[in-house]
Amino acid sequence: MASAVTSSAPVLELRSVTQRFGGLTAVKDLSMTIAPGALYGVIGPNGAGKTTVFNLLTGVYDPTEGEIWLRGTRIDGRAPHEICRLGIARTFQNIRLFADMTVLENVMAARHLRSRQRLTDALIGTRRHQTEEREMRDRAMALLRMFDLERHAEERSTALPYGSQRRLEIARALATDPILLLLDEPAAGMNPQEATDLMDLIRRVRDEFHLTVVLVEHNMKVVMGICETVQVIDYGEVIAVGTPEDIQRNPDVIRAYLGAG
Amino acid sequence: MRATQKLAWTAATLVVLLGLNQIFEHGFGDFQINPYYARVIELIGINITLAVSLNLINGVAGQFSIGHAGFMAVGGYVGTYLTVYYGAAVTGWFGVGVTDAVGGSIAMVVSLIGGAIAAGVAGLAVGIPSLRLKGDYLAIVTLGFGEIIRVIILNIPSVGGATGFTDAIPITNFFWIFAMAILTIVIVRNLTASTFGRALATIRDDEVAAEAIGIGTTWHKVMAFAVSAALAGVAGALSGQLFANPLNPQNLNFVKSIEVIIMIVLGGVGSITGAVLGATTLTILPEVLRGFDQEFPGLRMVMYALLLILMMIFRPQGLLGRREFGWHWLRWPNRSRIPVALTEAGDTKAHTPAPPGDPRSALGEGDEEGDSRG
Repeated sequence: MASAVTSSAPVLELRSVTQRFGGLTAVKDLSMTIAPGALYGVIGPNGAGKTTVFNLLTGVYDPTEGEIWLRGTRIDGRAPHEICRLGIARTFQNIRLFADMTVLENVMAARHLRSRQRLTDALIGTRRHQTEEREMRDRAMALLRMFDLERHAEERSTALPYGSQRRLEIARALATDPILLLLDEPAAGMNPQEATDLMDLIRRVRDEFHLTVVLVEHNMKVVMGICETVQVIDYGEVIAVGTPEDIQRNPDVIRAYLGAG
Repeated sequence: MRATQKLAWTAATLVVLLGLNQIFEHGFGDFQINPYYARVIELIGINITLAVSLNLINGVAGQFSIGHAGFMAVGGYVGTYLTVYYGAAVTGWFGVGVTDAVGGSIAMVVSLIGGAIAAGVAGLAVGIPSLRLKGDYLAIVTLGFGEIIRVIILNIPSVGGATGFTDAIPITNFFWIFAMAILTIVIVRNLTASTFGRALATIRDDEVAAEAIGIGTTWHKVMAFAVSAALAGVAGALSGQLFANPLNPQNLNFVKSIEVIIMIVLGGVGSITGAVLGATTLTILPEVLRGFDQEFPGLRMVMYALLLILMMIFRPQGLLGRREFGWHWLRWPNRSRIPVALTEAGDTKAHTPAPPGDPRSALGEGDEEGDSRG
């Protein structure tokens, strides 16, 4: 499996990744190949190991076994901030904004990793510091404009309504210049109309930023509506990979969700 | 600000400080400052340096350190040691004595730089292992560090041991105290207002999310901690060479660290002007309350504690909260009107009955969806 070569070089490749927590195997022998520009969905019943997969991809956990490759760079075992610098950005299932910072500062802070200034530039206030500060502000404002958050720029991030906080989190993730965007249950807590708008937004983000998007989601309408490939995991193991149509007809998937009967 | 403007401001500040220093040290005509008030003012300056520097790590980066007195001790003893044992040699190259005006300044510069480097290195040594971990480890390690330093100093005879560093040469003056207080404020302010400051604030708010947007949390925490420690070292070097105020290990125990923490909590954690205000208030307050001791010995500290408790009950966020005091406070009516008008307009738009496409919906892009990218 590790030697499998795909025609278009994959953006992300997991090779037989296993994650154990003591006696519990949260993810078992998981392999995944994601092509550039894909909209890839990972689904599974509660406790199937979906969020663990995200935590493995973003360096929160070190896989017990296996390898993770991002565009030809091995990333397992690296710190989360290094992985972000290499191009994986994420959002969180329970929104994690910087509560004491404004909406604008939340996004500007996500430009910090691309900063080229030294500490002394900031201390003395050199020209490089000033230009870069302006660039950061402009980039952040452009992102806020795109996500219709511009007029809230100076408000505290946690004062925003729930849906806007979700959008702000995506805007913040995009500010890091990712090549791969991971969305952890982006539709959680949304009504059907909001979920539909979210689907449009995700598609638009993928197209305009030329990204690859991987999402973990419970809302089947969202997953089946926008994902081109869906991978189903249960008890940390892959039980099916395919197009949404294939997955909906797959007997193993139906059994995992509804039980044998 | 342009480079020329910066130079002009720096020059003006130095001239003002030198002028005040002249009045402070030698009087002006018949006016001679009361030595008691002079000492209180000097202590205010040193405490501002301590509080503002501690605020960088405790307030801005949200890492709880209780070892500021330890770094003050390292900087103080190293700085004072340099003056006592090498001051004469260094000033000798310039053909002046340590106690001259010029010689004292040269010795002071050497001592301040030496103290800052020593305390900064100590900060790295303490910070690198303990800041890699999340949680309260820093508090525990810094508490231990402060005590270790104190015990080490007690056992070094060349710096006076338990009697204190009484050989110190009193070269600290008004100018150096307030030049360093201003320098500290400028450093902490510039750092806080920069992208590095934003990175520190993300660490304070949510370390996991900070890592997820590519911020190396360990590096930033250690950097802020080392800067904070180095500035505490500067305060130590100033304090150790005040006239008739030798460093003493007994005065640099963790109670001193707690005192600095109270200053920033009182002023408002995370606010630079709050730290200045807190340092000033807490230096003056015990002096003002001295009158109570004449009525009933010991009442002073009871009153002091009582005031702090009342403060924490009625204003737990500190005097200034997280805000900064500035000129804009003087014209607040104008300032606040603009954002309010903006948000009102925004709110009205958001709260009108939803037109088709529902811009109110959390993800709604409104009707102009396609054009919204600027």
